[in-house]
Amino acid sequence: MAEDKNNVKIGVYVCHCGSNIAGTVDVEELTRFAQEQTAVAVARNYKFMCSEPGQALIKKDIEELGLNRVVVASCSPRMHEPTFRHVCEDAGLNPYQLDMCNIREQCSWVHKDGATEKAKALVRAAASRAYYLEPLETRRVPVTPAVLVVGGGIAGIQAALKIADGGRKVYLVEREPSIGGHMIQLDKTFPTLDCSACITTPKMAAANAHPNIELMTYSEVVNVQGYVGNFKATIRRKPRYVDESLCTGCGVCQEKCPWKTESEFDCGLGPRKAIYTPFPQAVPNVPVIDPELCVYIQKDGKCGACLKFCERGAVDFSQTEKMVEVEVGAIIVATGYDLMDPSAISRLGYKRFPNVITSMEFERLCNATGPTGGHITVDGREPKSVAIIHCVGSRDQKYHTYCSRVCCMYALKFAHLIQEKVEDAKVYQFYIDMRCYGKGYEEFYQRAASEGITFIRGKPSQVTDLAMSEEEKGKLVVVCENTLVGRPLRVPVDTVILCPAMEARSDAKEVARLFNLSQSADGFLMERHAKLEPVATANDGVFIVGCAQGPKDIPDTVAQALAGAAEALALIDAGTVKLEAATATVSEALCHGCGRCEEICEFHAPTIVRRNGNPIPVSSINQAMCKGCGACAAACPTGAISIKHFTRQQILAELEALSGVPV
Amino acid sequence: MRYAYYPGCSLSGSSRECEEAIQAVMGVLGVKWTELEDWNCCGAASATGVSYLLSLALPARNLALAEQADSDLVTGCTRCYLNLIRAMHYIQHNANIRDNVNAVLAEAGVQYAGTARLRHVLDVIINDVGLDVVAERVTQPLNGLRVAAYYGCCQGMWTYAQFDSVEDPTCFDRLLAALGAEVVYYPLKTSCCGGSLSMSKRSVGANLIGDLLAAAVAAGADCIITACPLCMFNLNSFQNEAGKIKGTRFHIPVLFLAQLMGLAFGLPPKKLGLHRNVVPPDPLYRKIAAGAAASSVEAVASGPK
Repeated sequence: MAEDKNNVKIGVYVCHCGSNIAGTVDVEELTRFAQEQTAVAVARNYKFMCSEPGQALIKKDIEELGLNRVVVASCSPRMHEPTFRHVCEDAGLNPYQLDMCNIREQCSWVHKDGATEKAKALVRAAASRAYYLEPLETRRVPVTPAVLVVGGGIAGIQAALKIADGGRKVYLVEREPSIGGHMIQLDKTFPTLDCSACITTPKMAAANAHPNIELMTYSEVVNVQGYVGNFKATIRRKPRYVDESLCTGCGVCQEKCPWKTESEFDCGLGPRKAIYTPFPQAVPNVPVIDPELCVYIQKDGKCGACLKFCERGAVDFSQTEKMVEVEVGAIIVATGYDLMDPSAISRLGYKRFPNVITSMEFERLCNATGPTGGHITVDGREPKSVAIIHCVGSRDQKYHTYCSRVCCMYALKFAHLIQEKVEDAKVYQFYIDMRCYGKGYEEFYQRAASEGITFIRGKPSQVTDLAMSEEEKGKLVVVCENTLVGRPLRVPVDTVILCPAMEARSDAKEVARLFNLSQSADGFLMERHAKLEPVATANDGVFIVGCAQGPKDIPDTVAQALAGAAEALALIDAGTVKLEAATATVSEALCHGCGRCEEICEFHAPTIVRRNGNPIPVSSINQAMCKGCGACAAACPTGAISIKHFTRQQILAELEALSGVPV
Repeated sequence: MRYAYYPGCSLSGSSRECEEAIQAVMGVLGVKWTELEDWNCCGAASATGVSYLLSLALPARNLALAEQADSDLVTGCTRCYLNLIRAMHYIQHNANIRDNVNAVLAEAGVQYAGTARLRHVLDVIINDVGLDVVAERVTQPLNGLRVAAYYGCCQGMWTYAQFDSVEDPTCFDRLLAALGAEVVYYPLKTSCCGGSLSMSKRSVGANLIGDLLAAAVAAGADCIITACPLCMFNLNSFQNEAGKIKGTRFHIPVLFLAQLMGLAFGLPPKKLGLHRNVVPPDPLYRKIAAGAAASSVEAVASGPK
C-alpha cells in the first residue's frame, strides 16, 4: 500500500564527532538549516551521536514524535550504519528508513573553508533521498554447518583443528602431497629456539586423525559457487598413483625407485625419487608418484620397480584425476606466501655463486633431516665466516616496499645456530633497522648481540668474488656502506645468506578470483578492515588467515588462524544468515535478456532464464547472492534492473537537491 | 619520429673518435637526425658546484630548443644524458623548479614545458631501430671476441631513465650479443673510473682505473667497451700510471661502443676514429678477422641442410 507522503516525518541528527566535525563545520547553523528542509520534523546536534545518550536521543524522538525517517549526519556509513539501523529497529522503525550522511570523511576532514556550506548541501541531499526511502524486509536462510579450509600450512591446520574441536565438519585441502607448509621446512623457531618440526608434527597428526576433519592433500579447489552460509566448492584430487587405504608408508618403493630429481622440500639441495613423500614426517605418510619423472608413466610401462616391490599392492597406475564437490557454510583461505627469488637482484650474486644461499636453503642445511644431516656445509665446506643480508627485496622501492617482518628475527636465530655449530664462526648482520617487536623478541636480540655477532647498518650494493686484497682471495666480498660511520666497507666471507622478501603467492590473483576476494597493492589478499576485521573479507563467509593476507610470523599466523576459526564457527553456529535486503530486482516487462548483468556481476547473482510461454529470455537475480552493488543496474541498457534502497527516484531526488537543478 | 642530435662538448672536442663512430654507425642503421641548432654545454660535472639552478637551467635550454623543434633530443654522452634527464625529471615533477628554470630560460627567450623527450643513442638503437636490424647489418660478426662491458657509474645514476635497469644495466650486453661478441662476467661494470680525479688527484684516479683494467684482464677480456667519453679517456690514457700502482703493465684496448659496432658492420677503422685511440686496437682487428674466418669455415662445414 502506497505511503501518504504528507505523513513523512524526518529527524535529522548532526554529530559533532568531538571536534572532528564541529571543528570545521558550524553544527548549530547546520542544524537550523536542516530544520527548514521539506518534511523535517526535528533536527538536533550532539557531541557523539554514536554514544549511548546520542542513540537514546534518536530513539526517544522516533517514539515520541512519530518519526518515520532518520538522517544521521556524521561519519562514513561503513562503521556506524549498523549502529543507527539498530537504533531505528529498537524504536520500532524499519532499519532501511535510515540514511547516513557523511560530513566527516567527505567534508570536515578534507575542507577548511566552505565545510559548513558543503555539509548543508549533503544534508539537504540526504533528507531529499530519505523522503523516498522504503521499508525493506531482511530474510534469513539456513547455513550448511561445515567449513572449507584451503591450505594446509600451520594457519590452515590450526583453523581446521579448532573448528573440528568445536564439533563441526572441516574439509582441509592442500595442494602439496603433505600438509605442514613452510613451517615444517624450518629448523628452529625464534625466539624460543624450539624445533619447528617437533611442534608442527603433532598438529599435523592431530589434523589427520580428527574425526571431524576430512583431509584432502594433493588437491586443489577449482570452483566455488554459492554465497555466505551455502557455498559449493569443487575440489580436484590429483592422482597419487598410490592407494591411501592400502599403503603403510613403509618406504620400500622410494628406496627401490631408480629415478631421481631435486627435492622441492629441500630447496633443490638434496634428491628425491619419482615416487616420494616430501619429508619423513609427511602427513599423510603416503607417497605420490611424480608423473613427469616416472618412467612407468612416461614410457608406457617400462620400469615398475615400485609396483613390483610394494607388498601391499598399493601402487595403482590406473588412478585418474577426480572431482569432488563439498557443501560448506564458510571458507577459510590460508594459502600462505612465496619466498621471493633473489636472483632477480643480480648484484647479490644468487645463482651465480654457489655459496650465496637463501634463508630457506639455510633452514634445510641446518636441519637434522635436511640434505647435510644438519651439518652446515655450503658448496662443499663449512663456512667460517657468514654474512647475513637483510631486506633482500623487502623495504625496497624497486621490489616490495613493505617489511617482511620475520627476517630480522630469523637472521638473529641463524647467527646463534651458526655460532653453536661452527667453532669460531664469524657472523655479520647487514641490516637497515633491527625490527624485533614481538614478545621475547627484543630479549632475543640482546642475547644474540652479546654472543659476538657483528652488526653493520647498511644495505649491501654488491656481493662479488673480485678480490681487491690478499685476504679477499677465494672469498665472497660483501660491498657495503656502514651508514653509522659513513664509510664504504668490504667484508670478505665464506658464505652469504640472503633474507628474501615474503611475497604474495604467484597465483594469488587466481585465488582472489576463485574466492571473490580483492588484493591489496602489495599483491596479498585483502581483509575487510585493517584493524577491526582482520580476517573477514569483502566476500561474506570467506575469511583469510596467515601469510595469504601479508607477511607475518608464526605466533601472528596462529592467532589469525584461530580468529578465522572463531569467525567461521560464529557464522555456522548461528544456524541462519541474514541476507542483504538492498538487492537488485528485474522488471521482466522491460528485460530483453541481453545478459550484460550476467557478465558484469562479480558475485554470479544474475542468470538468464526462459520463462514458460515467453519467447524472450529474462534475467533472474539470485537474491541470496546479490550484494546490491548496483553494477548490473548501471549496465542494464533498458533500465529493467533497479536496486532496492537505491532506486532511481531516491538517487534523482538526492542529485536534484545537491545540484539545485531539476533532473 | 624526429630526432634532434645533441653531441655535447666532449664528443665535439676531445672525444672526436666517439662522435665519428656514432655518426658512422647511425648512418649504417639508417637513423636520420639533424644536429640541435645553437646547443650549449650541459654543465658537465662542474655546474652543480657553482649553482643548483644553473645545473638545471643549462641542460633545460637544450631540451627547450628540442621542444621548439618538435623533436626528441638524442645524446650519445653518458654524462650529458645524466644531466639532461635529471633536469627533465625535476621540471616534469616539480612545479616550483619548473617555474624557476623557466624564469631563467625566459632571459634566453625560450621555455621548456616538459614535453620534449630525451633519448640516449643506445635507447634509439635498441628500441626504435631494434636489435634484429642491428644483427642484420653485421657483416663481420665478432665471434670469439671477449668483451668487458663497462657501463660506468653515470649510467648507474640514470635513476629516472626507463630503458634499462639502473642497478644491473644490460643494454650493452644485449647489443654486443647481437654483434656476435662474447660478454665476459665483469663485476665492476657500474663502478666509477674516478671521473676528473685522474687530473685533479692522479694517485686516487689511477688506482680506480687500475682496478677496472685488472678486473677486465682477469676476466680474460680482449677489450673494454664504454659509452662514456670520460671513461674512454681515463681507461685509455692512464694505463701506464695504473700499471705502476698495481705492479703490472696494462695494454688492453678500450673502445667506444659505437666503434666496436662499426667494426662489426665492416666499416673502415679510420671512419670510426679508431686511429685516434690512445691504446691501438690493432690486435682486435686480427682477432675479429680470425673469428669471422672461423665462423665462415664452420658455416661451410655444417653446410646447407
